[in-house]
Amino acid sequence: MINKTFSSLRISKNSNTMRLFSFIFTFFTLIISCIHTQDTSSASANPARLNNISTAKKMVEISGGTYTAFIGKDSGRIVEVKSFYMDETPVTVSEYLKFLKANPQWTKSKIPNLFADSSYLHNWKGDFEPPIEADPNAPVTNISWFAAQAYAKSVGKRLPTVDEWEFVGLADEISKNASSKPEFTSHILKSYQKKKQYLNPVGQEEPNYYGVYNLYGMVWEWTEDFNSVMMSGESRNDQTTNESLFCSGAAVTTDDLKNYAAFIRFAMRGSLKANYTVNNLGFRCVKNVENNSL
Amino acid sequence: MKNLLILLFIFFGLAACTDKEEVDLSESIFQLNSKWQDQSGKEIQLEELKGKTLVMVMIYTTCKTACPRLTIEMREIERSIGDYDPEKIRFVLVSIDPEHDTPERMNTYLENNKFLGEQWLFLRSDEASTREFANVLSVKYDQISPVDFSHSNIISIFSEEGVLVYQKEGLNTDIENTTKEIKKQLNY
Repeated sequence: MINKTFSSLRISKNSNTMRLFSFIFTFFTLIISCIHTQDTSSASANPARLNNISTAKKMVEISGGTYTAFIGKDSGRIVEVKSFYMDETPVTVSEYLKFLKANPQWTKSKIPNLFADSSYLHNWKGDFEPPIEADPNAPVTNISWFAAQAYAKSVGKRLPTVDEWEFVGLADEISKNASSKPEFTSHILKSYQKKKQYLNPVGQEEPNYYGVYNLYGMVWEWTEDFNSVMMSGESRNDQTTNESLFCSGAAVTTDDLKNYAAFIRFAMRGSLKANYTVNNLGFRCVKNVENNSL
Repeated sequence: MKNLLILLFIFFGLAACTDKEEVDLSESIFQLNSKWQDQSGKEIQLEELKGKTLVMVMIYTTCKTACPRLTIEMREIERSIGDYDPEKIRFVLVSIDPEHDTPERMNTYLENNKFLGEQWLFLRSDEASTREFANVLSVKYDQISPVDFSHSNIISIFSEEGVLVYQKEGLNTDIENTTKEIKKQLNY
């Protein structure tokens, strides 16, 4: 702007060469501004490169074992789960804020479309301003799988696999595997009906056998291999449904309520894509037992 | 006259500029910094494929069911483009079984299918990067036994900027539109 007024002043004063000069000057200014805009769109800090942060999150040890997988071709298969550590509670808003401050390339104004849809952190007022209506210790939601993965990496952890999550999910307050108790199932189903639990602080309700809080009724949680759940055909357009899923689905609606609760979770997983963000979908992290530095 | 020329320059400069901005680079897969290995054992990052139209499919070499058909479709697609400059395009097979698909196996697979020339790539990475890449393509897959996977049958086309422009979903469908899109990307 200043260049232009400056140069037009010159023009009014005199000479053709001056005019030529001013044109060239404007031309270069334009080119430079053009290059600049390209820069910001392509060369913004690479989101895949992460700054590590520390976390004081408490983890509990889950000693390994086996469980009977519920879904798909796995249905009825005995799955072995190795021992691991799991976050006691889902990752919270304030914990995620700390991550964003160290990794601003993951803020909502900077995150590339490849890694999250447009509703990523949509309830946040600004890049570093968490939602007012949620407690700072409420679980962070409206997070894509890519974002959850990035957070987990930055704290030296990972997301749980579907098998790990389901294995821990079998426990009630007093036993490792409560799946045969009808009251456990109805407890889970009731917890799924509660509304807007994701605005409350984590860790308020009774922990389960392992000391893990909020597995049920607060938020849905991302798992590392959620995309191993094949609900329908391969695509949005394909309406054919996965026979193995609906076979077991039909079976469980008759008598096995425990699997009905699991069915809801698997249906949720099967409907997700990695860039999706949802109001009541958050995550927690886990860690292998080998890298033993709790 | 000189001024007119300069004005023209500015005009073209601006036009080129807006053209570039239409591409949403924040959707580009070249932002992934995962490391891959090709059929010759060479390390490669996706970013090195910049400037080429990419036709990608996720398969594994020991697959007996859908993969052979996906492979046939890749061949049909390649043939239907007609004459093309191999410099400008890469047909990329991505392994969903990186543990077993060694460079030797990937190489044999390409040779057996007569997928010869620099335009054919077979890539593998570690499990985490493979899952991440599958998620970029919205491909779902699951290891159902030590040697078997179930997986989505999707062929994806990326622009030379690494932006997803088209996906062919399912088997035995839509070769024509896929070809049309590739030609569009190649400016044919």
